[in-house]
Amino acid sequence: MLRFILKRLAAALPTVFGVLVVTFVMARALPGDPAAYFAGPAATREAIEQIRAKLGLDKSVPEQFGIYLRDLAQGEFGKSLSTGQSVGRELVTRLPASLELVLGALLLSMAIAIPLGVLAATRPGSWIDHTARVVTTAGVSLPAFFTGLVLIYVFYYLLGWAPAPMGRLDAFASAPPGLTGFYVIDALIAGEGETFISAVSQLILPIVALAIFTLAPLARMTRAAMLEVLASDFIRTARASGLPPSMVTYRYAFRNALLPVITTLGMVFSFLLGGAVLVEKVFAWPGIGAFAIEALIASDYAPIQGFVLTMALLYVALNLVIDVLYGVIDPRVGLEA
Amino acid sequence: MIALLRHMRYVLSENPVTLLAFALFAVLVLAAVLGPSLTPHDPLATDSTRALQPPSATYWFGTDQIGRDVFSRVLVATRLDLAIAMAAVVIAFVFGALGGAAAGYFGGWTERVISRLVDTVMAFPLFVLAMGIVASMGNTVGNIVLATGIINFPIYARVARAEANIRRNAGFIEAARLSGNGEARILLMHIVPNILPIMAVQMSLTMGYAILNAAGLSFIGLGVRPPTPEWGIMVAEGAAFIVSGEWWVALFPGLALMLAVFCFNLLGDGFRDILDPRKRT
Repeated sequence: MLRFILKRLAAALPTVFGVLVVTFVMARALPGDPAAYFAGPAATREAIEQIRAKLGLDKSVPEQFGIYLRDLAQGEFGKSLSTGQSVGRELVTRLPASLELVLGALLLSMAIAIPLGVLAATRPGSWIDHTARVVTTAGVSLPAFFTGLVLIYVFYYLLGWAPAPMGRLDAFASAPPGLTGFYVIDALIAGEGETFISAVSQLILPIVALAIFTLAPLARMTRAAMLEVLASDFIRTARASGLPPSMVTYRYAFRNALLPVITTLGMVFSFLLGGAVLVEKVFAWPGIGAFAIEALIASDYAPIQGFVLTMALLYVALNLVIDVLYGVIDPRVGLEA
Repeated sequence: MIALLRHMRYVLSENPVTLLAFALFAVLVLAAVLGPSLTPHDPLATDSTRALQPPSATYWFGTDQIGRDVFSRVLVATRLDLAIAMAAVVIAFVFGALGGAAAGYFGGWTERVISRLVDTVMAFPLFVLAMGIVASMGNTVGNIVLATGIINFPIYARVARAEANIRRNAGFIEAARLSGNGEARILLMHIVPNILPIMAVQMSLTMGYAILNAAGLSFIGLGVRPPTPEWGIMVAEGAAFIVSGEWWVALFPGLALMLAVFCFNLLGDGFRDILDPRKRT
């Protein structure tokens, strides 16, 4: 098992290298002369040259790439022009807020889509099957930022059930002490019931908005995979041997159908990480997506590069976890590797 | 051809939803072509005396914060939104089909380089990559198109590679080679035309995603600039009024966006049923 994980880690290295090259090129592709840009409009020629030397822009491109890698290895993502803060620190403090959204939405989406897919596959052509198809197609057509706004209108403005869409906690609660940065978990550990409820109620709407968007690929893949497995020989044998239907469906078919579903999770994560940026803007959520949008408006490039790189590395890591999970569920994969 | 038409009619009668999608598509195309000449009001004309009026007989979708007619703006925006998505899909299609087919047909270095390119794009969450590309290349509509094209490129390249790979040693390719066709000619005249139907299905499926992506980028303030009517920007502008109850400013452009994406997703499913019944899910 350990060897399998190490092999997968090694296979991810070229991908990480590709990601670093792309973010490096992005940083160098800025319109105009970066040195003149960073120096500001009133800078003299000498000042621009000084900044060029300071930024390392007078060196050769491979050398610049080496410096870029060295800075990253030391956790140095550059400084934000507008706030003067270190981008790396800002990203680290904001990352848990974004992860809370993405992981919450993933769990919710899986909890709805997988049973829906199984139900639709075990009753093909039934009303459940048709409903599932229409609902998921409609769901994937809904941009998460729009769903979020509709949810705010209905549950905050009309019904008054949801709290104001203004960040992670309501105005009267203070952030729970803790290490993880996930307010829901920190509040539980600290035993602060009210903070916990406040954090959860702020989370519900953005999570639902994100989850609706990702239902379709998961439900469709579950249904297709279940249908294929249910039609296979070993299921017929299991049925013919007189095993109870629920045992055939859940223990024999479902476990095998899970494999393609887990592969789909990679795509779902891509949707979620992208969608989270938009949802963060709608709900004034202080995550790294909102940070990047603020920086975009101010034409502040270091935070955007840091954001793109963080998201990409996170995505590579998630795909790695999915790969390993695949190996755990399907022992054959581990043997081949 | 007649067999295909008969098969199409059969599929359409079996699946009325696809028929609905075709009808929606016709409406969208009409709106995109005729939209600017059908507007009841000037989509850019402001009038502070009629700001934020709810939908009425005069202003079907209400008016926005500076008194512009929301219906006219939604209608006019159709052309821009569809054009951006269409241009992006065409870029992805041309480069993806050619690159993917070359990779699948030639193998070797061509395949390695193109696969590495595809893997690198796929290593990013796609919307995030698009944000990064637009931010670093400049905040213009052209770059939105390019970024949306780049993130859709892997889908086409992968399909084209797999399909070309299956056909590289097929009988008709051997025959073409024996009759003295050059490699480039075989690729362009024999491989690419054969994989076009499968790519067409992808085109319709990715069109919906391209619309969402472009609208998402303008929602966060990239690309199209106000006051140009565009669905993503209009939703972003309307977002401020949701918490005070003026729902119509954001709802109607959002619905238009949703319908367009829904239409292309359904069309994609329908095309797949017509062209490739085995993949039906």
